[in-house]
Amino acid sequence: MTLQEAKFEYLLRLGDSSLIIGHRLSEWCGHGPILEEDIALINIALDFVGNATSLLEYAGKVEGKGRNEDDLAFMRGEREYRNLLITEQPNGDYANTIARQFLFDAHMFFLYEELKNSKDETIAAIAVKSHKEITYHLRHTSQWMLRLGDGTAESHTRLQNAVNELWMFTSELFDMDEVDAILIKEGIVPDLTKVKAAWEKQVNEVFAEATLTVPETKFKQKGSKEGKHSEHLGFLLAEMQYVHRSFPDAKW
Amino acid sequence: MTDSQWPVWEVFVQANPGISHKHVGNVHAVDAEMAIQNARDVYTRRSEGISIWVVPANAISASSPEDQGAFFEPSNDKPYRHPTFYKIPEGVKYL
Amino acid sequence: MDDAKQVEAFEAKIASGQKIEPKDWMPEAYRKQLIRMMSQHAHSEIVGMLPEGNWITRAPNLRRKAILLAKVQDEAGHGLYLYSATETLGIDRTELLSQLHTGKAKYSSIFNYPTLTWADIGAIGWLVDGAAIMNQTALARGSYGPYCRAMVRICKEESFHNRQGYEIMMHLAQGTPEQKALAQDALNRWWWPSIMMLGPSDDQSPNSDQLMRWKVKMESNDAIRQRFIDRTVPQADFIGLTIPDKDMKLDEKTGSYTHGPINWDEFFDVIKGNGPCNAKRLKARVDADKEGAWVREAAAAYAAKQSKQKQVA
Repeated sequence: MTLQEAKFEYLLRLGDSSLIIGHRLSEWCGHGPILEEDIALINIALDFVGNATSLLEYAGKVEGKGRNEDDLAFMRGEREYRNLLITEQPNGDYANTIARQFLFDAHMFFLYEELKNSKDETIAAIAVKSHKEITYHLRHTSQWMLRLGDGTAESHTRLQNAVNELWMFTSELFDMDEVDAILIKEGIVPDLTKVKAAWEKQVNEVFAEATLTVPETKFKQKGSKEGKHSEHLGFLLAEMQYVHRSFPDAKW
Repeated sequence: MTDSQWPVWEVFVQANPGISHKHVGNVHAVDAEMAIQNARDVYTRRSEGISIWVVPANAISASSPEDQGAFFEPSNDKPYRHPTFYKIPEGVKYL
Repeated sequence: MDDAKQVEAFEAKIASGQKIEPKDWMPEAYRKQLIRMMSQHAHSEIVGMLPEGNWITRAPNLRRKAILLAKVQDEAGHGLYLYSATETLGIDRTELLSQLHTGKAKYSSIFNYPTLTWADIGAIGWLVDGAAIMNQTALARGSYGPYCRAMVRICKEESFHNRQGYEIMMHLAQGTPEQKALAQDALNRWWWPSIMMLGPSDDQSPNSDQLMRWKVKMESNDAIRQRFIDRTVPQADFIGLTIPDKDMKLDEKTGSYTHGPINWDEFFDVIKGNGPCNAKRLKARVDADKEGAWVREAAAAYAAKQSKQKQVA
């Protein structure tokens, strides 16, 4: 695998994760638990769509085959998507959404903190901008973890169940393969071992304060790096892509 | 616990450094941290601010309209508090 | 001061162009009318999120997706500003929302129509927001301070909505034949509801002199409607779309367009709850409220615990 191929692949992983989780958050629009939170969620979704746009645009340039961000977002199928499995999981109830978002935000926070030092200037620039956004997201979702975890008996149960269900998707956040190895060597992306340690510390702290138990499950799901997803992604993409694909020559 | 939309917080935003915070509206929130975040999401979507204050709405005391006369009219007959009250001959500088 | 004198002073204040502020004395009828109008307006903003929110996940490209997200978020913000302003009249948001959820309060008839294609997002921004701006710029000159301030803020943001809608329509109208057909179809479906949303014609809606005198209402429905039509028809011409009204023509003398008969039966039917989406829209709001109840309760419980702990410490 060439450096260029590795970089393209990595950018898809980052960009797709942002796009898909942004899509999931946008499904809450108009249905949030209170008006203020509706607005907050859309803000977060908007940040993710913006971040995905920058990353996919750059991915297209790195690839050098004339594909732009929309070609990459709307014309790739289920097996070509590289988003983390956790990002495509359905919204469920609010506890589910908050748990998914918190686990992902914490990952992204420490990952992008490292990416700010990337030797690739474009990646570093995107990371600097995004890291500010994620700092806010993480603060927002951490607060909600505390409120739901240590709120009422019902909210505690719901959140603990959500965490238990999502836990099997978390080990994948730190898997590394050939793509990572090539880019780590060039100083373009970080070794995820370091990110993992920071993530675990953060998650443990918030869980403790939220009176949540860290799940013990050893059962792990992976596959996003090879485009092996859960069944949810196909439906999500069908919805997201159909207008774009229905009018092949159209400009919008 | 009865369902509610949470307590009201009044929001003040400073648009630029060096000027006062200005009242912009309110948000509902359970605590100060949430009120600040909600105010950020609601009132600074278009870069309208660099600093936010939130105050529980019930912590604000206000003068009442009935007091308007007694409070504010007495200052109307004190024009000597304003610089334009004083006539300075033309040609005198820096006054 | 007796009531008659207070009313006199109140009306004199309005006539002189001053605003009424929350703590000022106001006639009960004024307060009630404002609560009704302002909450209806607030409800319209949040119910209005639904038909457009419907297309966020299907927007045709990333730029359009971001714009639509930002736009629908603005609607939520507008709802919030308006609930805020309504609350200054001594009614809380819990009560206002319960009026919406029980069907006691109304919202704009327009949001009971379905968004069937992507072009509807263009049509809504262009026509529905365009009509709303006509109404809102008038209301910004009204007498109640908090409502005016909310309107000023909202009008500023609405003009982005209006333009993005027209831009969508323009791209479609200048695009492939299929796209142009989408745009024309959306215009055909949204034109009449848009001009109806400005309210019944003046002969069916006897605007009491009192509401005008109190500057609760600033202009008659027909006057606002005419201005909207006069501004919008040339915009349609410019991008080569046809207003679906065969009787529409320009009156050379006045420079205004005369329009064909409006189907008011349809309008009143939708208001009564028989529009294509009334039940669906209301259910979505009621469900969100119900499913959010445990979340709101948890947050409140957590905050209560925290403040207790602080007091102990």
